[in-house]
Amino acid sequence: MRVSITVNGEVREAEVWAGESLLTTLRDRLDLPGSKNACEQGECGSCSVLLDDELVCSCLVLAAQADGHEVATVEGLADDGSLHPVQDAFAATGAVQCGFCTPGFVVAAADLLRRVPDPSDDEIREALSGNLCRCTGYQKILDAVHLAVER
Amino acid sequence: MDVLTPRSLDEALRLKAEHPGAVSIQGGTDVMIALNFDQARPELLLNLNEVVELRGWSRENGTLRLGAGLTYADAMADVVADELPALAEASRTVGSPQIRNRGTIGGNLGTASPAGDALPPLLVERAVVEVASTRGARRVPLQEFLVGVKRNALDDDELILSVLVEPSRQSQTFMKVGPRNAMVIAVCSLAVVVDRERGELRAAFGSAAPVARLVTAAIDEAESFPEQVAGAASPIDDVRGTAAYRRHALRVLTARALERCLA
Ligand SMILES: Cc1cc2nc3c(=O)[nH]c(=O)nc-3n(C[C@H](O)[C@H](O)[C@H](O)COP(=O)(O)OP(=O)(O)OC[C@H]3O[C@@H](n4cnc5c(N)ncnc54)[C@H](O)[C@@H]3O)c2cc1C
Ligand code: FES
Ligand code: FES
Repeated sequence: MRVSITVNGEVREAEVWAGESLLTTLRDRLDLPGSKNACEQGECGSCSVLLDDELVCSCLVLAAQADGHEVATVEGLADDGSLHPVQDAFAATGAVQCGFCTPGFVVAAADLLRRVPDPSDDEIREALSGNLCRCTGYQKILDAVHLAVER
Repeated sequence: MDVLTPRSLDEALRLKAEHPGAVSIQGGTDVMIALNFDQARPELLLNLNEVVELRGWSRENGTLRLGAGLTYADAMADVVADELPALAEASRTVGSPQIRNRGTIGGNLGTASPAGDALPPLLVERAVVEVASTRGARRVPLQEFLVGVKRNALDDDELILSVLVEPSRQSQTFMKVGPRNAMVIAVCSLAVVVDRERGELRAAFGSAAPVARLVTAAIDEAESFPEQVAGAASPIDDVRGTAAYRRHALRVLTARALERCLA
C-alpha cells in the first residue's frame, strides 16, 4: 500500500507492507537510518521520533497510521548543517560512546526542552525514562541536557 | 494483509461488521509487538486513529465519558486527572513517556491483561464500558467486561467506544509493585477508594487473579479489609513473583492505601 508522510517538513511517499512499522519505513524505504532499531518492542527508545509533535516509539506506530501525518526524525534536528544545541551538548560532554542510543536520546531531550525550557533533574530523568543506554551510565547524558539548557 | 482506515465511527462500525476478523489498532503498543515479532499475521488491521468520535473525553451531566482513544498522557492532565486521581496515578506508572503518548485506555480494555494498569482505578469507580456494532450499542459494567486472561466480552463485530464513569470524588489512590520505577509490568497493583459518601471501601487489584477484580466492604471494616482483599485474590507463581508474595503484597498495600486515604 502507498503512504504519504510529511517527514522533517517534506512530503515523502512510499510503498509499504501493510503490517510494517513507521521505523522500517523511515529506515528502509525513505533512506532515513538515523532512528535506530534495537528492540522493536517499545523498551529502548532508540527509534524515538515525533509524530504530530508527540514523542513516540516509531517501532510501535504502524506506517499506515502515519499516512497524512507529520513526523520529525533525528535527521531534521540540525538546522542547515549546524547541530541542534542538544546534539552539540551530547558531543561536548562525552554523552556518546557507541552512539547507538544517541539519536533516540537526542530526540527525546530536544522534545523536553521544547516543552520545558528549564527542566529540573527529576523532569529530565522522567523525560528520558523511555530511553536505554548500555554504555554511558546516564550521568553524562544528564550533564549534556543540563549543558544544552545553559546554552 | 491490508489496513482499513475509517474516517468516522459509522464507517468504522460498518467495516468491523463486514470484516469481523479485522484487528483493531489504536496506539499499537500491544498490537505492533505481535506484528514485529511475527506472533500475529491478521488479514486486516482496522486503524482507528482517524475516528474523531473515539478521541479525548467529554462530560454528560455527572458522567465522564473517556473515549476509547484517550491516551495515558491525556488521563494525566486537566479535568480527567482532577476527577479520577487514581487513574491519573496509574497512568503515570505506565511504560514511558513514549508509551503514554500512544497507549490508550481502550487498548488496555481490548488487551484485557490481568496486569492492565487502567483497570483497577476504573473498577473502583464502577466504570461501565460502552461498546457498539452496527446492531446497536450496549453498556457493560467493567467487571463483567473482563471475562478471563486477555479475554473480554466484545463480540467479533463490536468496537469499544468509551468508558463511562461517575467520578466519586472520594479519597483514592493507586499503587503498583514492580522491580523498578520505569517500564514495569506490575507484579501486583491496587487501587483503593474510601467512599465516605456511600459508607463503602472499594479496592481493585491487578496481576493477582485471571482478571483485575473489585472487592467492596462497609467503611467500618477497615481493619479486616486488607485480609479481605488478599483473600479475594487467586494469584499464580510466575517469573515476576510468587503467589504467596502477591497475596502478602496486597495485604500490605491495602493497609497502606487505607492509611493514605483515611488520613
Ligand atoms: C514498553 C511498554 C510498556 C508498557 N507498560 C505498560 C504498563 O505499565 N501498564 C499497562 O497496563 N500496560 C503497559 N503496556 C501495554 C500497553 O501499552 C497498554 O495495554 C495500552 O493500554 C494499549 O493501548 P493501545 O492503544 O496501544 O492498544 P493497541 O495495541 O492499539 O490495541 C490493544 C488491543 O485492544 C484492541 N483494541 C484497541 N482499540 C479498540 C477498540 N476501540 N475497540 C475494540 N478493540 C480495540 C486491539 O485490537 C488489541 O487487541 C506497555 C507496552 C509497552 C510496549
Ligand atoms: S526499537 Fe523502538 S523502542 Fe526499541
Ligand atoms: S552510547 Fe552505547 S548505548 Fe548509549
